[in-house]
Amino acid sequence: MNFDIEKFKVHGEPLIYGAMISIALASIGIVVGLTVFKKWGWLWREWLTTVDHKRIGVMYILAALLMLFRGGIDALMMRLQTAAPEMKFLDAQHYNEVFTTHGLIMILFMAMPFIIGLMNVVVPLQIGARDVAFPRLNAVSFWLFFFGAMLLNISFVIGGSPDAGWSAYFPLASLEFSPTVGNNYYSLALQISGIGTLMTGVNFIVTILKMRAPGMKLMRMPMFTWSVLITNVIIVFAFPVLTVALALMMFDRLFGSQFFTMANGGMDMLWANLFWVWGHPEVYIVILPAFGIYSEIIATFSRKNLYGYTSMVASMLIISLLSFVVWAHHFYTMGQGVMVNSFFSISTMAIAVPTGVKIFNWLFTLRKGRISFTTPMLYSLAFIPIFTIGGVTGVMLAMASADYQYHNTMFLVAHFHYVLIPGAVFAVIAGFHYWFPKVFGFRLNERLGKHAFWWIIISFNVAFFPLFILGLMGMTRRMYTYSAETGFGPLNMISFAGALGLAIGFVILVYNIYWSTRYMPRDESGDPWDARTLEWATKSPIPEYNFAVVPNVKSRDPLWAMKYDKQPLFEDKITKIHMPSNTGKPFVLGVVFFFLGFFLVFSMWIPAIVAGFGVLIVLAAMSFDRDHGFYIPADKVIKTEKKLGGGTV
Amino acid sequence: MNKKGPLYALFFSLFLLLPGCSSLTVLNPKGPAAKTLSDTIILSILTMLGVLAVVYILYIIMLVKYRAKKSNEGYIPPHEEGNKWLEVTWITIPIIIVAFLSVVTVKTTNAVENVPADYKDQKPMVIYASSSNWKWHFSYPEEGIETVNYVNFPVNRPVEFRLYSFGPITSFWIPQLAGQKYAMSDMTTYLNLVAESQGDFLGRNTNFSGKGYAQMEFTARSMSAEDYDNWIKDVKETAPQLTEDKFKSLLATAHVGQETFSSTHLAFSPPPGEHSEHMDMDHSNMEMDNGNMEHQDNKDVHPSPAPEKQTEFNSKPDSELNSPLPSSPADEHTHQSN
Repeated sequence: MNFDIEKFKVHGEPLIYGAMISIALASIGIVVGLTVFKKWGWLWREWLTTVDHKRIGVMYILAALLMLFRGGIDALMMRLQTAAPEMKFLDAQHYNEVFTTHGLIMILFMAMPFIIGLMNVVVPLQIGARDVAFPRLNAVSFWLFFFGAMLLNISFVIGGSPDAGWSAYFPLASLEFSPTVGNNYYSLALQISGIGTLMTGVNFIVTILKMRAPGMKLMRMPMFTWSVLITNVIIVFAFPVLTVALALMMFDRLFGSQFFTMANGGMDMLWANLFWVWGHPEVYIVILPAFGIYSEIIATFSRKNLYGYTSMVASMLIISLLSFVVWAHHFYTMGQGVMVNSFFSISTMAIAVPTGVKIFNWLFTLRKGRISFTTPMLYSLAFIPIFTIGGVTGVMLAMASADYQYHNTMFLVAHFHYVLIPGAVFAVIAGFHYWFPKVFGFRLNERLGKHAFWWIIISFNVAFFPLFILGLMGMTRRMYTYSAETGFGPLNMISFAGALGLAIGFVILVYNIYWSTRYMPRDESGDPWDARTLEWATKSPIPEYNFAVVPNVKSRDPLWAMKYDKQPLFEDKITKIHMPSNTGKPFVLGVVFFFLGFFLVFSMWIPAIVAGFGVLIVLAAMSFDRDHGFYIPADKVIKTEKKLGGGTV
Repeated sequence: MNKKGPLYALFFSLFLLLPGCSSLTVLNPKGPAAKTLSDTIILSILTMLGVLAVVYILYIIMLVKYRAKKSNEGYIPPHEEGNKWLEVTWITIPIIIVAFLSVVTVKTTNAVENVPADYKDQKPMVIYASSSNWKWHFSYPEEGIETVNYVNFPVNRPVEFRLYSFGPITSFWIPQLAGQKYAMSDMTTYLNLVAESQGDFLGRNTNFSGKGYAQMEFTARSMSAEDYDNWIKDVKETAPQLTEDKFKSLLATAHVGQETFSSTHLAFSPPPGEHSEHMDMDHSNMEMDNGNMEHQDNKDVHPSPAPEKQTEFNSKPDSELNSPLPSSPADEHTHQSN
């Protein structure tokens, strides 16, 4: 066993020491708090062992919010470091680690889990199901994601963070050029959480295909559920590629294989191809559900059904197919010749067509509506003009020849922030505000919500629009410093001001959660927005079994039809309800995986082998589990329903 | 809606900035390749402004006209499934736009991958540009000289850069002269450009390659034919030879300033296999490709196969690498073809 304490140390940086101390203090605070208030048992019974899709969703969202702030602080540090020429705030190595983790965290540990969290909360409700198809597998997914994220997060205080960019191009990410353990963390943390995501994919495909309420045909599903179905199909096709690529990377870095090295037949561009074969569909994994969220919100608050439902579904299907044939646009400059570049140019630009269809359908959903500007609606409306800028610059980048000038410049950085922030971040915030009262039984404060909204929207443009111009001025991405003669200074300073404004916006958003938890009036109708889809047909907070009676769906907006067309929705009698039992094994599995990952990162073979056996033992224990769940008797269901306010039953 | 005000202002100001604003390097080209790209970019911006305008106008109309207000209280919006003709319209028009831009893309990509049209009759001057750590090596096989971190070439003469790397993937970019191209360790890529005015142009690596990436710049100077000849003569008379040891020590150093030598490293450390694989396999689209098929003559100057160039970066010597086996498929191929 090659144990070397030096490998655990991160070289002297006051910022990192500060982070270490604050992490230690926060951890001690949490442990002391839980002990003083005697909450350990509660935490274990109610949360760590839960298999309830709503609670798992809430935990995903909480983790994602935490990661939003972690990634946001990284972003602020980057913008500060480049705010003026020759800044001395971060050194090159630290800056490289910061932009690498910023990318990884924001995409994989913020945007995606936030979306998976929302789908966990909403999708079973929208299709009238009692839970997901495999509730315990769902818990496994969450804990693998969570401990994968934690593994990446400890990297900057133990051993050093990955520093080769979130795309980790070889040979830069090989042992030869990145000798620290940072990229070991990369391969293992992503691998662990990626396995969790793959399971989510399988779970939700089965859930949506097999567990819809009677009468909910595929073409009656709410648009969010549709987007989630398509997203999960993409996950199931794309994530195995990541799994393989990361495994090869791990072999290269830990066991001396030569898949991506410069010598002995290794091919550096093979990594780039594998990475983007996963990485480009990944973009749509975070964007498509956002389209679903906006469709729900825009329809609800313009008080109209969604315009062009069929073409919305078709356009998502086409986007999902195209997302797999565009990956090479990430390296037009690899020298693959005119034919190949032209193919990928055209397939990439083609995505603009179905996306445009969606934009026009949303605009026409607004037409003849009665639009109310609630906070979730504001985010959805702001999405349209801002995302369109992201979209048209995407078309510009898709032109291979022009990309020779944009490639790796700030223009590209501006483009993908203009796509991903309105496309994914605004969407999850909108969805968060929209579905919050469903889960917790009270709304977030509208006034604070709008304050946060305006800070975020305006600052976003201030922060990212200058980057388009900087790109055309020739500023490349990932440069930790530049000289004054380049003239990049003023625009970077504006961009930093925007980043600060964004930070203020997000702080107001979180303050709003705190304020609303304390002061907002409780709403028991379960349908505060006068919405259209099934998730609003149950009580708030949602009983563990979701629907006392499984609804009978007869149209696309079943709740709307019930409210305004007097179409009956709950026609059956209350009977006993089968529920899965809680289990601690997924949590334990996550912990063991965490240690397996950690030991592998540091090449500590004997503990790693022990942890590897631990994984097998927990898996075996799970497969021999004979717990088939339990029934909630009908009279208990009736009692719960009465307590929650009668209403629909 | 007040949020669109600033957006419009920004876009409009960008629009005004576009022509002739010299600080927008990419749109201030000094050669035909960069000019083609600049024109393409401006064309695409104008087209996209048209798209934006349509979306924004519709958007404003919808929000102003159909917002909830006192006067439409109690109004019940109609149920609308969609409209076939409207949907066909907003599928067809984007398809036309995309088709138009596709044609432009294919044409311009082809144009910049080859010797610029007006210079087809001239034989391009070949310069090998290779990256190592955070510096650029420029080898002139015809002149037998080598420079580090600066490159000189005559004005109005096509130059063909052949790019490769002794380390991580880098991207070779002189924004005012041509778009960029990757330099990789296992294959050679090609970049054609012509400078049409004399002067110094900034060149740099745009693909993140580690700690010293931000400093990885070089100067590209286009000079009159006469000045160029004088410079070559001067280098040959005064600059030292580039020995293998000197080159190895250069590779091992992270950063160096500008250096000049009167011989090249191509003799003892040749570039990776000259042709990318698809070109060898697919001769049918020869003219669509870079048009590099006729450069076999350079093989004499730097015979393959490559010796153990990859070992330069290994801190620990790897005995396996010193064996005479071809070190990459590309090398192997070149070996056979000789």
